[in-house]
Amino acid sequence: MNIRKDSGSLKWILIGICAVFLTVMLILPLVYVLITAFEKGIHVFGTAVSDEYAVKAIFLTLKVTVITLIFNTIFGIFAAWCITRFQFRGKKVISTLIDLPLTVSPIIAGLIYVLTFGRQSALYPFLKSVGINIIFAVPGIVLATIFVTFPFVSREIIPVLTAQGTDEEEAAALMGAGGFTIFREITFPHIKWALLYGIVLCSARAMGEFGAVSVLSGHLRGKTNTMPLYIELLYQGYDFTGAFAVSAILVLMAVVILILRSKLEKKGKKEVD
Amino acid sequence: MVQQNKNYIELKNINKSFEKFQASKDINFGIEKGRLVALLGPSGSGKTTILRMIAGLENADSGEIVIDGKVVNDIPASQRRVGFVFQNYALFRYKTVYDNIAFGLKVNHWNKADIKKRVSELINLVNLNGLEKRYPNQLSGGQRQRVAFARALAPNPELLLLDEPFAAIDAKVRQELRSWLREMINKVGITSIFVTHDQDEAIEVADEIIITNKGRVEQIGSPREIYNTPRTAFVAEFMGHPTKINNISSFWGFTGLDASYHAVIRPENVSISKKTDKIRYEVTAEEGVVERVLFRGKELEIWVRIHGILLQGTRRAEEEPIREGEQVKVFIYRAYVYKEDGEVQIVVNQTIRAEESVII
Ligand SMILES: Nc1ncnc2c1ncn2[C@@H]1O[C@H](COP(=O)(O)OP(=O)(O)OP(=O)(O)O)[C@@H](O)[C@H]1O
Ligand SMILES: [Mg+2]
Repeated sequence: MNIRKDSGSLKWILIGICAVFLTVMLILPLVYVLITAFEKGIHVFGTAVSDEYAVKAIFLTLKVTVITLIFNTIFGIFAAWCITRFQFRGKKVISTLIDLPLTVSPIIAGLIYVLTFGRQSALYPFLKSVGINIIFAVPGIVLATIFVTFPFVSREIIPVLTAQGTDEEEAAALMGAGGFTIFREITFPHIKWALLYGIVLCSARAMGEFGAVSVLSGHLRGKTNTMPLYIELLYQGYDFTGAFAVSAILVLMAVVILILRSKLEKKGKKEVD
Repeated sequence: MVQQNKNYIELKNINKSFEKFQASKDINFGIEKGRLVALLGPSGSGKTTILRMIAGLENADSGEIVIDGKVVNDIPASQRRVGFVFQNYALFRYKTVYDNIAFGLKVNHWNKADIKKRVSELINLVNLNGLEKRYPNQLSGGQRQRVAFARALAPNPELLLLDEPFAAIDAKVRQELRSWLREMINKVGITSIFVTHDQDEAIEVADEIIITNKGRVEQIGSPREIYNTPRTAFVAEFMGHPTKINNISSFWGFTGLDASYHAVIRPENVSISKKTDKIRYEVTAEEGVVERVLFRGKELEIWVRIHGILLQGTRRAEEEPIREGEQVKVFIYRAYVYKEDGEVQIVVNQTIRAEESVII
């Protein structure tokens, strides 16, 4: 590990810079969120987060996150499988498209859906006739969240599947195993940790999504307000304690996920060794 | 020739292309039941492709693959009853030795007791007792190879395919495993095809050798036939570490040959003697200068330059030593001679021919 023995002072300078940077950029703001949330006492915090609309926002966020996760996990596995296991025309295009949400601004994602499903769209009369509301309703929020987070799972799995190769699967097939058995017995153990890791990243991102959701939600209090949207609403209304109280909950959820993440990472590493 | 219907497996006019590249060209061969056959050829000659088509992991573009009298082209890999040992073994990393071997039985719905019996039988057979609970990354190369072998045999396949089964193993263990494999296959009595690019391995282990080159089959025959009577220029140049010579007619003893002939000379057909040695065929011995002497244990490998060509010969280690730079007498017993794309002939040194005819 000793790449350069004489770099003692350099090492400490770099560590110092990192520490200062992290403190200013991350720790101070987080601490500030918590301080502001509890500034007027635990009681005020309690009322703020048990407010009817706050509770609804929390539940909506959880609901959207869970639906998104289910969809993106299934989609992610399928997409990764297709890309690594089959040769077909247009594979490069699909592989590039999967990354699109990472490069396109979420606001644009939101607008795309408004154009696709909104009043001016050709689909609108049909959707209306069968009674499906997408814009300014929960399905729109789910759609936007799925769009923004769908690369996470497949991007985690693809490198693992590529590295694994197809030999073990072929060996299993030659012994008479069917497609599902091969996936469950041979492929899944390989991608297990990467998949969980992808799910964790995906849920963290899904909970916090603001831009795309903001365009599609219509900000109906108690109906289509997710936590980030609700926080903004409170903030705009100068209810700082409320805004920071709900923020504190969101931060807490993120921290739980971070801890999960590092636990998973450790466990995955152990298994690889 | 072998009768057609006696063949357990047969490939008829098989062609296979990967996009524009043709990996198999009009492959035809048949193998009798219970034989151990080697597919021998240089890297990229299409050996693995042939094996994968037989197993059903790859589809032939045209032609028929017949196993046990049935055309299997449309039968999926999982139903061909073929055991396959992959070049890198492809053991299931997340399964123990026991579960690796048991996998094929489980997916074929054997009952627990039978699985247990069969697995322990195989573990005994390949001598892996006590390692049942290990994972593949806790095994040596040789042990992995044996697990792969046991795993392929577990569901009682009719045909065993092995892709370079010894490639990943160091030379010494390799030697042991070769005879081990030979013995095992005899014991089990299963028809087997193994791929190799090591001719010594093929000669030592196989009943029959199929030589491949650039997607084609060059020659099929017993190791003896292949080694002693190569039929194509490629086989002549491939077998026996020979030196290629384009001016054979300028060598003493071969002067009667047409100048357009190519030839190869194998080291075992070259005798190298000191200037002071008395040798039997003095008349057509060439003079050469030793450029390199390599110690090979039981013998010396000697490289001599004659007529601008560096020729390899051998000399027993206990004979009087020859040094680099020394003038020596070189006698070539025989050469494999051919025209471009023509038949290969064996030409014996004129002096020997003359002497033989005198005796007769
Ligand atoms: N999936 C594939 N796609 C494209 N080309 C392929 C594919 N598989 C094999 N080839 C080509 O076909 C030719 C024959 O390959 P094959 O693997 O059968 O050779 P081999 O005789 O087994 O060689 P080696 O001794 O190096 O394993 C090679 O030139 C290879 O590049
Ligand atoms: Mg190969």
